[in-house]
Amino acid sequence: MLDKIVIANRGEIALRILRACKEMGIKTVAVHSTADSDLMHVRLADEAVCIGPAPSPQSYLNIPAIISAAEVTDATGIHPGYGFLAENADFAEQVQKSGFTFIGPTPEVIRMMGDKVEAIKAMRAAGVPTVPGSNGPLPENDKERCMAIAKEIGYPVIIKAAAGGGGRGMRVVHTEAALLSSIHVTKAEAGAAFGDDTVYMEKFLTNPRHVEVQVLSDGQGNSIHLYDRDCSLQRRHQKVLEEAPAPGIPDEVRQEVYESCTKACNDINYRGAGTFEFLYEDERFYFIEMNTRIQVEHPVSEMITGVDLIKEQIKVCSGEALTLKQENIRINGHAFECRINAEDPKTFMPCPGKVKIFHPPGGLGVRVDSHLYSGYSVPPTYDSMIAKVITWGEDRTAALDRMRSALDETIIDGIRSNIPLQQDLVRDSAFREGGVNIHYLEKKLGL
Amino acid sequence: MDIRKVKKLIELLEESNIDEIEIKEGEESVRISRNGASLAAPQYAAAPIAAPAPAPVAAPVAAAAVEAPVAEAHSGHVVKSPMVGTFYASPSPGSPMFVEVGKHVKVGDTICIVEAMKMMNQIEADKAGVIEAILVEDGQPVEFDQPLVTIV
Repeated sequence: MLDKIVIANRGEIALRILRACKEMGIKTVAVHSTADSDLMHVRLADEAVCIGPAPSPQSYLNIPAIISAAEVTDATGIHPGYGFLAENADFAEQVQKSGFTFIGPTPEVIRMMGDKVEAIKAMRAAGVPTVPGSNGPLPENDKERCMAIAKEIGYPVIIKAAAGGGGRGMRVVHTEAALLSSIHVTKAEAGAAFGDDTVYMEKFLTNPRHVEVQVLSDGQGNSIHLYDRDCSLQRRHQKVLEEAPAPGIPDEVRQEVYESCTKACNDINYRGAGTFEFLYEDERFYFIEMNTRIQVEHPVSEMITGVDLIKEQIKVCSGEALTLKQENIRINGHAFECRINAEDPKTFMPCPGKVKIFHPPGGLGVRVDSHLYSGYSVPPTYDSMIAKVITWGEDRTAALDRMRSALDETIIDGIRSNIPLQQDLVRDSAFREGGVNIHYLEKKLGL
Repeated sequence: MDIRKVKKLIELLEESNIDEIEIKEGEESVRISRNGASLAAPQYAAAPIAAPAPAPVAAPVAAAAVEAPVAEAHSGHVVKSPMVGTFYASPSPGSPMFVEVGKHVKVGDTICIVEAMKMMNQIEADKAGVIEAILVEDGQPVEFDQPLVTIV
């Protein structure tokens, strides 16, 4: 087992990782920017190293600074969390080359899954259902071929950047007349944003849900799934409210997709925690991308299975074989997670500032993952998520009602937050019924 | 100076906003200060974290020191580390230090090395003057913005 881990992240996920390390007897090093000296996990860590000024490129994205911090503290592992460098294959490679263990899959796997075209190829080969599409990059300068592909797929289609992902670098095309210019513009944007203008095409599903499958793999041939999550409530491709398991999906359809995911993990020799993201429509799953990291919404899967995903992730990435057996992972109840952001609930403008009073909710089945404390100042430099309120219940309605109570109990005084939006969502009748699609929230907000 | 007077002074300090108080009576003097040092930003390996008390707690007043105070503060310009790494005072083990206390430096003179990932980075003086104090030890790990040297 690793002796000392550098937590190369901040906020609530850094605290989450610190808690897991503490429980496993692993020493912790909190690397932080000058703006984050007062983060809760920095105060709780065994050692803290300031690695740079507030702007992320000079601190949390600063590879030499992070590796240097690992060197001077004699750490053995580096945990990237989510975001920042978590899916940066170059970072993973440099960490390994410098003699540290990267808590995640190998650089080659990260690279493969980071190239959305290659990822889809690998998934098709493994039998994971994919969206009908170009099955490869769109040919440069071959207008006829592009139009033929689109005709075969059937409009509407979506043009996506191979180096994009997470909702970035995509454009929907409804008619043939708009196809070529859309490809042209998307390529230009992709080149500018990701340094790679390769694009591919997929059928655009009109009313899908976003359903994802959580997996754990030890890179030694053992892969298990931890069921699914529904993250369809999104605004501008950012998830707002998630739940596990996804409601209203026939068992055989689920089972088939779970098995394809674990098979894919073994095929690509995956190691660590990962998530297969799908669009789900008309009782069919369509793979869109794989995230080779722990995700924000991992707690809802933890609540329904009782598995500590961060601990398991650290264990398998430090070389241990998975001890969990698929037959022992059962679904118990239902769970929801509300992302609480420091933003105006109506305009969504970020609202950094000092949290005068933080009073989290509590009680049976209520969990809060947050780095907030009374007197903490939310800095303006980073993303606005300040807390995750998670509830569990013996069934979906119980869990949702519990979330309603928990949100009503929560006090974050001094800054504006999206709690009022969340309170509205948990009372929304269509959401309460279950199965809303990915456009629902934006439609509801009138966007 | 008897203990009752000292006690009274401690009470005075606690009840007020004053950080430090010094009283001279003839040849005796007492300096009492609030324990502010532990609230400083966590420096490298400043490990002792007590129970998570996130709000800056008004720390209890430190014990009275019945002796003449010695000025500890450095007044000079602080040269801070621009990176995480290991501080070295000389170009190689055994060779003379780049600078010593009292040495004159010009802008651009090498003061020390911070080694990061096997690369030796020379840290230069950004102000001309005299080295007032060297705040870290040879071979000590340093973090970003950590004060290394002061120049007056």
